[in-house]
This record gives sequence, C-alpha cells and structure tokens, in this order.
Amino acid sequence: MAGHAVEHDYHLIPPSPWPFLSGVACMVWGLGMVVFFAGLQPRNGDSPMKEFFFSKGLDTLQGKEGASGGWILLVLGSLFAAYVMFGWWRDVARESEVGDHTPVVDIGLRYGMIMFIMQEAMFFVGWFWMFFELGLFHKMRAKWNTDVLENAPAYADSMAPGISSINWAGLPLMNTLILLLSGCTVTWAHHALIHNDRKGAKWGLGLTVLLGVWFVIMQAIEYLEAFHGRTHGEPWLSTDAYGSAFFLATGFHGLHVAIGAIFLFVCWARLMRGGFKPEKHFGLEAAAWYWHFVDVVWLFLFAFVYIVFGFNAL
Amino acid sequence: MVAIPETGGYGADHDDGKPGFFARWFYSTNHKDIGTLYLIFGIISGLIGGYLSFMMRLELMEPGFQYFANGHDFNVFASMHGLIMIFFMVMPAVIGGFGNWFVPIMIGAPDMAFPRMNNLSFWLLPVALICLLISFFVPGTAAGDGFGGGWVMYPPLSTSGSPGPAFDFIIIGLLAAGFSSIFGAINFITTILNMRAPGMTLHKMPLFAWSVLVTAFLLLLALPVLAASLFMLFTDRIDGGTGFFDPAMGGDPQMFQHLFWFFGHPEVYIMILPAFGIISHIVSTFSRKPIFGYLGMAYAMVAIGVVGFVVWAHHMYTVGMDVNLKAYFLAATLIIAVPTGVKIFSWLATMWGGSIRYTIPMQWALAFIFLFVIGGVTGVMLANAGVDAYLHDTYYVVAHFHYVLSMGAVFGIFAGFYYWFGKMSGIQYNKWLAAAHFWLFFIGVNVIFFPQHFLGYNGMQRRVADYPEAFELWNKVSSYGAIITLIGTGFFFLMLLEAFTIGRKTRRVGDNYWGDGATTLEWTLSSPPPFHQFNTLPRIEDTDEH
Repeated sequence: MAGHAVEHDYHLIPPSPWPFLSGVACMVWGLGMVVFFAGLQPRNGDSPMKEFFFSKGLDTLQGKEGASGGWILLVLGSLFAAYVMFGWWRDVARESEVGDHTPVVDIGLRYGMIMFIMQEAMFFVGWFWMFFELGLFHKMRAKWNTDVLENAPAYADSMAPGISSINWAGLPLMNTLILLLSGCTVTWAHHALIHNDRKGAKWGLGLTVLLGVWFVIMQAIEYLEAFHGRTHGEPWLSTDAYGSAFFLATGFHGLHVAIGAIFLFVCWARLMRGGFKPEKHFGLEAAAWYWHFVDVVWLFLFAFVYIVFGFNAL
Repeated sequence: MVAIPETGGYGADHDDGKPGFFARWFYSTNHKDIGTLYLIFGIISGLIGGYLSFMMRLELMEPGFQYFANGHDFNVFASMHGLIMIFFMVMPAVIGGFGNWFVPIMIGAPDMAFPRMNNLSFWLLPVALICLLISFFVPGTAAGDGFGGGWVMYPPLSTSGSPGPAFDFIIIGLLAAGFSSIFGAINFITTILNMRAPGMTLHKMPLFAWSVLVTAFLLLLALPVLAASLFMLFTDRIDGGTGFFDPAMGGDPQMFQHLFWFFGHPEVYIMILPAFGIISHIVSTFSRKPIFGYLGMAYAMVAIGVVGFVVWAHHMYTVGMDVNLKAYFLAATLIIAVPTGVKIFSWLATMWGGSIRYTIPMQWALAFIFLFVIGGVTGVMLANAGVDAYLHDTYYVVAHFHYVLSMGAVFGIFAGFYYWFGKMSGIQYNKWLAAAHFWLFFIGVNVIFFPQHFLGYNGMQRRVADYPEAFELWNKVSSYGAIITLIGTGFFFLMLLEAFTIGRKTRRVGDNYWGDGATTLEWTLSSPPPFHQFNTLPRIEDTDEH
C-alpha cells in the first residue's frame, strides 16, 4: 500500500503542536480553577510563595482578608488556551485556503459540527432537567417525605408563591429581540456572501457580533439587578435552589453566547482579510449554525425560566 | 521545542516518512500512533488502578485494620480505583486504543476524520489523570487527604462532606476526561459516517466499527449531562455558591443521582459494547465462519444503546422512589436482556458447526462469553426492585459489576490485544506466556469475585475496611484470588518483554496470520501496517458475505 501516490481526497494532517499544547493549557487552567474557587489550604511550613499563588482567589474577589495571587494561574491558563485556539484556528483557515478541504472533507466538517451541537444540546438538557425537577416536582416529593413535612422551614420551598422572579417583559424580552435580530443579521451576512456582496456580508456579520456582545452586557446588567435589587434583600444565587438553577442555566447560556460571538468574530476577521468564497465558506456556516443553536436555547429559557415560572411570583 | 514541520512538508511528497520522535509521539496526527499512545496510557492506568484494588484486597484479607490508618483512606482507594479503571483504563484502551487503531482500517479509511482533534482527545487524558492523582495528596476531609465518597460522588459526601480541594481536582479531572471522550465521539461518528471505503455500506461494515459507532453516540449524548452535574457539584461546593443538592436551600440531593446515572448507565454500555464488537470478530475468525445473524448483531447493539438511556434509576431503587417508577425501571431493565441474549446466542450459533481453533484470543473470547453470562444473570437478579432492596450496596453488586466489567470489558480488551498484537507490532506473542497469563487471570478473577456473591448474599456491605468475623473465610479466598491475578498480570508484562526482545527476532508475522477466518480489511495490510494505509482506497465487492 505504501510508497505510491495518494489517490484519495481525504486530508492527512502533518504533526501539529496544538493538541499537546491544549493539554498543557488545560492543566494550567484546571489547576487555576481549583486554586481560584477552592484554594489549596497552606499547611505548616509552606513557603510564602506557595501561600501567595495557591491561596483561594475567590476570597480576594469577595473582599476577604489576605493578599492572594490565586487568580494568576486561572488567567494564565485562559490566556494560554486563547493562544492555542488562535494558532489552531489559523492553521485550519490556511489549510482551507490552500484547498485541503475537498468536498468530502467539507462534509466531514459538517458532520463534526452537527455532532458538537448535539452534545451542547445534551448539556442544556442537564440544566433544564434540574430546573424542571426543582420547579415542578418539588412539592410532589415533599408529600411523601415526612422529614420535609415535619421540618418545613428547613426545606425552603423554592417555587412557593412570593418568590419574585425577573419580569419577563423587561430586559429578558429585550434580550429575546436582540437574539432574534442577530439571527436575521447572520442570515443576511450569509446570503450576501453567497451573492458575492462582500460589503453586505461584512456589515451583517459585524452587526451580529455587536448584537451578541450587547446581549451579554444586558445579561450582566440583569444579574447585577438580581443581586442587588431584590425585594427580599439577599441575592438569589446562594439563597435557594431556584436561584441556583436560574443563574447557572442562564449563565451557561450567556457563556455560549460569548463563545458564539467569538466564533462569529473570527469569521468576521477572516472575511475582512479576504477569506471565504461564495461557494465555499463552511467556517461561517458553522458559526451561524452555532448561533442559531444558542438562539433556540434562549427561546426555551425565555419561555420557561422567565415567562412560565414568572407567573409563580404573582 | 522541536521544530514543527510546515503544512504540507512531510507526508505530501512521500507518504510513509515518519516524523522525528518528539513530533511523532507528542504532536501526532496518525490514528495508529495515537491508538498506541492510548493503549500505553491504559496499561499505566490499569497498573495504578490495579495497585489500589490489590491494597484493598490485602486489607480485607482479615477483619480489623492491617494496612490502612482509617476507613477514609480505604474509601479513597475504593473511589479512585473505580474512577481510574473506568475513565483511564477501560475507556482509553477499548475506544481510544482499539477504536483508533482499527476503526479507520476496518472501514477502509486512511486516517480519522479529525486527526488533530484525535490527538487532543488523547492529551486531555494524562491531564485528567494527573488531576486525579493530585487529589490523593491534597486535603479532603478532616479524616485525611483525598476523596472517599465513592466513584458515584453522591452529595452530600461530595459537597459538604468533603470540603477540601481534593474533590475539586476530581471534578476538573473528570471534566477533562469527559471532553476528551466527547471529542473522540465526534471524531468516530464523523469517520464512520463519512469515510467508509467505496462499496462499504453501513450494512456491510464490520461489527467492531458498528460497536464503536453506537458507543460514540452514547458518549456524545451521555457525557454532557455528567458535565452539567459536575458543574453543579462544583458550584455547590463554593462558599456562598449554589444549592442544587442542598435541602436547606430547597435543593435535592437525589437529583444528582438522577443526573449521574443518566450518564452512568449508558457509561456501562460504553465500556462493554466495543468489547462485544471485538468478541464478534474473534469468534468469527476462529470458528472460520461469518458471524451468525450479522444484522441482528448490529441492531442488537443499537437496541442496547437506545434502551440503555431509559433504565438509569435501577441504580437507585433504595432512595425512596415511587413504586410505579420502580416497576417501570424494573421492566425496562429486564428488556435489555433481550438484545444481549441475541448477541450471546448469535456467538454460540457462530461457533456451531465451525472449525474452532482454541488460540489465545479465542480462549479469552470464550471466557468472556461464559463470564459475561454469569454477570448478566446476576444483573437480572439485581434489576428486580424487591430483591435489590436486600442486595443494594452489598458485595453481591460488587461481584455483579466486576463480572461484567472486570471479566467482560477487560477480557474483551485482552482478547483484542492478543488478536491484534501481531497486527499492531508485527510480532507474534509467545503462546506459553500468553496461556499462563490467560489461565492465571481466568482462575484468579473468578476466585476473587465468585465468593463475593456469597458475601453479598450474607449481607456484607460495600465500601467497608473492616467486617464481622463471620465473613472472614470468603474474604480470605477472595484475597488469594487477587494474588493469583497479580501473578497473571506479571505474565502479561513478561509476555510483552519477551515479545519485544526475543520475539522481534524470531516471530515476525505476515499480513494475515490467522488465516481464512480473518476477513476484515486490517488483514489485507502488512503487519504492522504502513504509516499511512489505503493511499488507494479499497473497493468492497457487492456480495452478501459479511
């Protein structure tokens, strides 16, 4: 078999440093996560250096005592990961430009993106499952659990009337409109590119990125209000399970919006540098697929987390 | 840092030129090299996991404490044994190792669909293992270092019960391992759906490729849910964090068990399905017959995969579930016995009337079928919610899942290893050393785990370092079994050593050293195969034979 010319259209890739470096970045980032959120408690005889770098970073963020460099590893790991992503992405874009992505490779990339979005969907299934469990079946479980009945106050019923949730007609409705509009602009960009209207494509894509950023900013404002403006005074996140589900489900969605916006921004940068052709631009299509996916997740969040359970507050 | 070849530098002009050592093994984009890395990684993890279990068996040889300072240390060993064996031994060996090596070859593809992502899948695993090993040495509870809440990580043992950073390292490690598997799954699905050779329809694809396809879908759909539940644990553990599993905040610890087992049950099939695929090839090869009921075998695996997603709560019969719910999960669980039975009977029917050769891989395969049936039958016992109320968390359960995993999945791995060792290395194993490995292992694991049925039936609990004297006899027998298994493992390494020193000069093998029975595409290549195979894609003839 060996020793004669390649007669197939698959793309064989030469050795690449990025996967290995991704592993190293992941190690630094993971260590940083543990140090930042949990800290490696200093033991007797630890050096001041270790105390500085390995004490809990979250304490500093929450304004507690003690000098701490606990955030340094996390930031380093994130920067390292960003560098690896840049290099990896650049290699893929170059390979696309020199024609390594034959039709069969292109189909493979499509399969890969569909599978990636499927696993993202299952990730959100986990969060929605948690949310509905807490929202719908909490009281049902309490019925047979005598411990709950006898110690009702200890089992704060998270979905009881009186809990105020965010008013869906305020910021959330605005965010819905932003995301739906961004879905339109990304489609505009795509069709403009297909018709070789590069200027339109640049505008459409640029606007989509800006709308994505705007969404994330609005979400941050909503969180600040949820933390500070509650009638009961305390932030939701750490007072009840509904608040936990609310913050983590919408929070991970917000994170995915940010990822999608970065993805779109990379496509925009490639477009500005003269990349993508009317007949071949899968990078842009994949970013658009991903964008529509986070859009749909938001519609579910909006319908259930904000509207339906908002009525509970009445 | 070693110089990185420019894009198109190597491989574009001469296709079997191998890169230098560092680039080849650290920057690899070759499915066979990555498969080899996975196998080596699996062997190393297997040694670590095996050491942990051997220490547990030594401790349990007699009542009272002998080797461990306290119960916490024992539980740390038990928890880490489970996690390491599952995520770092079985999965890397069977999916990463054999999957990477033979799925592209079997479907007639030159490599995986995403060779770089393939290497990322591998390199996330050492990171994950390092995180787990660090967790041994950082504070867990007041009782000592490490996390001792079991591989299932139930809260509150994993939240307020283990305040130190040891468990945070486990969360990060499992997230890394999870992403590794998700990327691997995306890669396998794309490879199998998009890169089959001309003429190889899905219904002509070898059963091992089928098994990896089903496994990849299970990974893709189950692991993200584990990732979500691990994130929930992570934020629950932060001071002033969330309260998903904290009843005082309206959360529900039982919910973790649902999320975990929604992942955990498909995970069981993730470990055993590729072994099913390997066994099918071996049984067919050494009976010199095509596999009986090929389509039934393929769709039985699909059925196991689908039903595997809706049976998860049979792991939690004793949490106080509604009786109707128990009835449903009981019925759904028993249904899995049907496609599994299809597989077992098809293997027997394949052997029926065949000219059977009892080579080493065939011995492992026959032992697999025999022992997996024992594990399956005790599984049917445990699936009954009423019986499980008595047997839950006893050594009966330990015996059951070691019969299906330690003797199912691991026997499948060894069967595949001996079946393909010559193909991968170009050297045939020494059959006397291999036979010693097989028989010591076969006897050893049975001596370990069969008495554990008796122990469990008599009420001995899992995850205890000390036990009443009444259980001493069978515990002692079980620990002797561990010593036999250890010697057997020694013969495995002796076999490897002999093969790579003496064997490499004397026992070189040809393309198809198993003869007519071996019909899949890897037997058309040299042993070991060229660095890049199938520069001209093979063409599969339009026949009915599988």
